Amino acid sequence: MISPQFRYAGWLILVLGLVTAPLLISSGRWIEFLELTLFAAVLGQGWNILGGYGGQYSFGHALFFGTGAYLQALLQFKFGWSPWVAMWFALGGGVLVGVFVGYLSFRYGLRGSYFALITLAFAEAFHVLSRSLISVTEGGRGVSLDLNRDPDMALATLQFNFAAPFLKAYGYYYLILLMLIIACAATWWMANSRFGARLVAVRENEEAAEAIGVDAFATKMAAISLSAAITSSAGIYYVQKFLFIDPGIAYGPAKSVEALIAPIIGGLGTVLGPVIGAFFIHGVGELAKETTGLVWQDRPGLDLILFGVILVLMLAFAPRGLVGLLERAWRKLSGTRPTERDHA
Amino acid sequence: MLKVEGASKWFGGLRAIDGVSLTVPEGAIVSLIGPNGAGKTTLFAVLSGFLKPDSGTVSFAGRDITGLRPHRICRLGLVRTFQLVRPFAGLTVRENIATGSHNRIRSRAAALGHAEQIADRIGMTAMLDLPAAALTVAGRKRLEVARAIATGPRLLLLDEVMAGLNATEVATMVELIRAVRDGGITIFLIEHVMPAVMSLSDRTYVLNDGALIADGAPGEIATDPRVIEAYLGHGAAARMSEAGSHA
Amino acid sequence: MGNKGSELLINRAQAAMEFLGTELTRYGWDTVLGSAISGVFLGSIYALVALGLTLIYGVLHIINFAHGSLLMLAMYAVFFLWSLAGIDPYVAMLIVVPAGFLFGYGLQRTVIGKTGHGRDELVLLVTLGVSIILENVALFAFSADERQVHVPYDLDGIDLGVTFAVYPELAALGGSLVITLALWLFMTRTDTGLAIRAVAKERQGARVVGIDVEHIFAISFGIGVACVAAAASLLAPTYAVHPQTGYLFVLIAFTVVVLGGMGSFVGALVGGFIIGITEQLGRLYLGESLGLITISAIFIAILLFRPAGLFGQKI
Repeated sequence: MISPQFRYAGWLILVLGLVTAPLLISSGRWIEFLELTLFAAVLGQGWNILGGYGGQYSFGHALFFGTGAYLQALLQFKFGWSPWVAMWFALGGGVLVGVFVGYLSFRYGLRGSYFALITLAFAEAFHVLSRSLISVTEGGRGVSLDLNRDPDMALATLQFNFAAPFLKAYGYYYLILLMLIIACAATWWMANSRFGARLVAVRENEEAAEAIGVDAFATKMAAISLSAAITSSAGIYYVQKFLFIDPGIAYGPAKSVEALIAPIIGGLGTVLGPVIGAFFIHGVGELAKETTGLVWQDRPGLDLILFGVILVLMLAFAPRGLVGLLERAWRKLSGTRPTERDHA
Repeated sequence: MLKVEGASKWFGGLRAIDGVSLTVPEGAIVSLIGPNGAGKTTLFAVLSGFLKPDSGTVSFAGRDITGLRPHRICRLGLVRTFQLVRPFAGLTVRENIATGSHNRIRSRAAALGHAEQIADRIGMTAMLDLPAAALTVAGRKRLEVARAIATGPRLLLLDEVMAGLNATEVATMVELIRAVRDGGITIFLIEHVMPAVMSLSDRTYVLNDGALIADGAPGEIATDPRVIEAYLGHGAAARMSEAGSHA
Repeated sequence: MGNKGSELLINRAQAAMEFLGTELTRYGWDTVLGSAISGVFLGSIYALVALGLTLIYGVLHIINFAHGSLLMLAMYAVFFLWSLAGIDPYVAMLIVVPAGFLFGYGLQRTVIGKTGHGRDELVLLVTLGVSIILENVALFAFSADERQVHVPYDLDGIDLGVTFAVYPELAALGGSLVITLALWLFMTRTDTGLAIRAVAKERQGARVVGIDVEHIFAISFGIGVACVAAAASLLAPTYAVHPQTGYLFVLIAFTVVVLGGMGSFVGALVGGFIIGITEQLGRLYLGESLGLITISAIFIAILLFRPAGLFGQKI
């Protein structure tokens, strides 16, 4: 419906806009805002692969975020590894956990609500374990990475708090932007491949898919692995940016909720969905803080109430998310009949 | 092409199919009929890998496929449709069929192109871009067949593909099935719509209460007393011949 | 593997057995029994919470993720009734239970019923959304501080020999059993209860005989929340409440329901007691924090190996 040329142009504009944004924005607060938003988009894109395309809603995606984060932190903290080496192991660890949970869940045919529940249980289990296995994870105290103060070592340690002026201001921004671009590219590739076609078939009707040659188990396993990898990368970013991780942040419900809100509101099963959803949510959140901050003095919880309300409203009136709404608007404007489903 | 030997499947104390043996020769259209609850769909489920038989074997093109998973069996060339159609509701007709094409085709673009060709053969070109959920019952049945054909099968199992169709739609479907067979695909179908069975089948098997009670050319089957009893009840055959002799 | 290898394995196994033996007998019988008994008291409350959840699932076929936050909200209500109006938590039951029922009725009628469009995945997400809203309303309105009701008799009780049962625990057990009995009588002896069971068994058929299914859905949800409100009153004297309390209870409630079998009353009761006892024993042997993992472990094990639970139907 939205022709390929328009779509490519749209994406090009979006990417160019985000890449050049720092040149146009000098306010640190807005760069901070963009970093948080892009972070939510990466988290959401990871969830989207399993939940949006695969139709398996995970309520414990913090599992992958936390594993990626902890591995990234511990390998540096305990063994002095370079973050550039640690990140591959962090990714691998996240994927391994994904394979583990996926194998158990899919081998035993868990779907729908039961799958959501078991992911919740696994996240909680890891939460408890990370708090108790103090010798491994430092327990409730969390892991703090040494702050690097040497600007020459900024890239080597992947820390930009003390770096050359450009890196200091925009290093983290470009890091998360790069991660998002990779995540979206991976998602786009998957969506237009045979694997993607099989994944959505499994989502729509697993038995019918099996009957026409789709190995549903293998497809779901591949999906959870890719999803885990992308979500773990968000964990890696978090550790490099904040230099701290603890059980609550890693495996608590906050990240699990954050992972699913953006894609649901933005549009499940689309590449653009998590991105647009993240911008919408964080934008609305900022707006709320601006307008009500004076009255409520920044008391915590207000933004999440808003997100919850938006979530419920979206589910009620626009189950296909913002992308679905945009498509409907486009169709009305251009008067075209419904054509091939938009893969943007 | 397809050979079933002594297939049995029990569900707890219920004997769904019991020692069923049959063959489907290559290039033929073979039908399976019988009263409701006879075990026909259970047999199809066993053949296509959705159920494991408790005993017996299934061989396809000389190869033992008993107990293999459905997607493996499909890759080998045996594909089934479902009695209650299962379209991929959120996808378009083209995408539905293309998923079947992907059984043999790797490239997305090639699969979508192949889907168009299949749709053309089946007469669904006008509906290619409609969401599957927007189709009528007849449309969905045809989509189910199209999707199955797209997988490049050698044997097609059709489960009550005429159910819910009116007379015109049945006639169209009969034409379609003949064309599919003429295109080189062997057909094994479960059906209740007798005229279709009569006109299509080279051979008919009759299942009742989990066991085969008759097989042969459709004309013979229709007058076989055991078949009549299975459908109309005990003593019906005798009553009918009596009524006939009084006429 | 060879002789050396198998020798090593046997040594390791022996060491493990010895370790297990010392661990299990680390505590005397009376301590273990005492733990188990406090597990029974705790379990009775779990059973009550699970009863509401299993009723909602049995009738509406939805997994109510908001159940934990509803419990949390009810506990806040009990707390504020106590701190602002001096009402004893058990007396407060007379207020929060009907209020909970009305709130649940309204929630189902206006939000959950309207937004779910009948699709399972959507309803799941809607209840998740509701739980997010409720949790953060509590955070926003009441801050993250813990609130605890203090009753003058919370340290008095009966000496049972192996353990000392404080009055709140006894009240919890007694209250749960009474309420469960009342619920059972309601479901079996009243017309509404009959209608509820009819809808649970056969939705369309119930419509055909003239039962207002939407109304019954809302009533069932309301009863589910009423159960939770009752549980909140019973919990208040011993448990502090904070916005995250709901989240902690959700996993436990689901474990009980899945263990007992979705939709089974008996299952919720039996499951509640089993989980209560297991949790307390887990705490005893594994410590405060690691003890909680027994819940997750049981939950995962059941989902994988026997999703129907003890008394439920096969899914």
